Amino acid sequence: MSDLAIELAGVGKKYPYFALDNIHLEVPQGQIMGLIGPNGAGKSTTIRIVMGLVQQDHGEVRVLGRSMPAEQIAAKWDIGFASEDMRLYEGMTLAWHMNFIRSIYAKWDAPYAQLLLKRFGLRAEQKIKGLSHGQRVKATLLLVLARRPRLLVLDEPTTGLDPVARHEILRELTAVMTDEGRSILFSSHNTQDVEQISDQITFIDRGRIIDSMDKEAYLDRWRRLRLEVPFGIALPALPGVIGIRQNGRLAVATANAFAPDMANAYESSGARVQAIETMTLEEIFVANVERSREEVEA
Amino acid sequence: MTDGFLISQSDKRPIYLQIMEQIKQRIAVGDWAEGQAIPSIRQLAVDLEVSVITVKRAYLELEREGVIVTQQGKGSHVASIPGLGLRLQEQELEKHLEQAIRLADLLGIRPEDLKARLREAEGRIKKEEEQV
Repeated sequence: MSDLAIELAGVGKKYPYFALDNIHLEVPQGQIMGLIGPNGAGKSTTIRIVMGLVQQDHGEVRVLGRSMPAEQIAAKWDIGFASEDMRLYEGMTLAWHMNFIRSIYAKWDAPYAQLLLKRFGLRAEQKIKGLSHGQRVKATLLLVLARRPRLLVLDEPTTGLDPVARHEILRELTAVMTDEGRSILFSSHNTQDVEQISDQITFIDRGRIIDSMDKEAYLDRWRRLRLEVPFGIALPALPGVIGIRQNGRLAVATANAFAPDMANAYESSGARVQAIETMTLEEIFVANVERSREEVEA
Repeated sequence: MTDGFLISQSDKRPIYLQIMEQIKQRIAVGDWAEGQAIPSIRQLAVDLEVSVITVKRAYLELEREGVIVTQQGKGSHVASIPGLGLRLQEQELEKHLEQAIRLADLLGIRPEDLKARLREAEGRIKKEEEQV
């Protein structure tokens, strides 16, 4: 059996005003993959293709070893999917929904469901129509988590939540990883969430994957170099540096393939390296999207 | 065992560095004794609500520094080095001294002249303490 929970190879999908282009994506088993990108980048379309809800024009999609969308019915027993546009029955209680899901999925874990009710601060006897946005998101997630699926696919699970609810959800998602056999794919434009809980990061913009790799290796490649540039000195163009902003004698170079000898190269040109700083995923996100847009325009 | 670990978004350092530092602090103050078993990578990740790969990185770097030892199938423990806690405290001091020298160098102050500055700083601290 493959040790990849999700595998997309050469996947494309064309719409009149948007296209996903040549998507390669691998989510290793036992890991959390965070899918990030601006609004309209193609995150939801990618997730829908993974779930077999949208059929790709071309390319291979395998989820838990099954080919999608052909084998989606078999695959879905072991996949927990949640997205914004999922509807619960407004007139029914959360308890009714729990019983309903329990009647379908034999693996339903009732004690875990009770625990989640408590941790999420939800009341089973409450009707869905009386729930706030945050409570609805948590209720949907409870129904998915208590099935103990091997793979969780979550479209924007923390969007629009208050900090406490966000924290409750991130805690449950990381707790899932106690079991090495389980995996998560989630999308978000909250870079803090992705930086905190993902093992792998995939960056998507305008229907293309810009980067997809191990989060630690990824963060480690990016640096900001603060430089003091004496008058009359021109900074050399270094491979791995994607941009330099200069104002007077102070300049900031952004590197996406940082190497320690970059500092030496700037020093020997006559500039002085004041500081080499790591970057947050938020800063990398912005730098990456700006660069990708410049390339498109050029 | 992992109560009190704090991963802060306002701390600008990467999360793996924050984890490394907090583990070293626990060893430095003696809460985690030499040779003592420490949480598995997966367990610490769940406790801290961070990714497994981040904790793995912190453990790998700590192993490289000789602070912890990981044995396949047996988990990780604090290195059995007598006086490890004290050594870590000294390393912390050395790091701050090196940083001071680097900053002084940017300002054109030689390490010799830092001695006088150290005494001045000591005087300021004493004064503050008297006021408290």
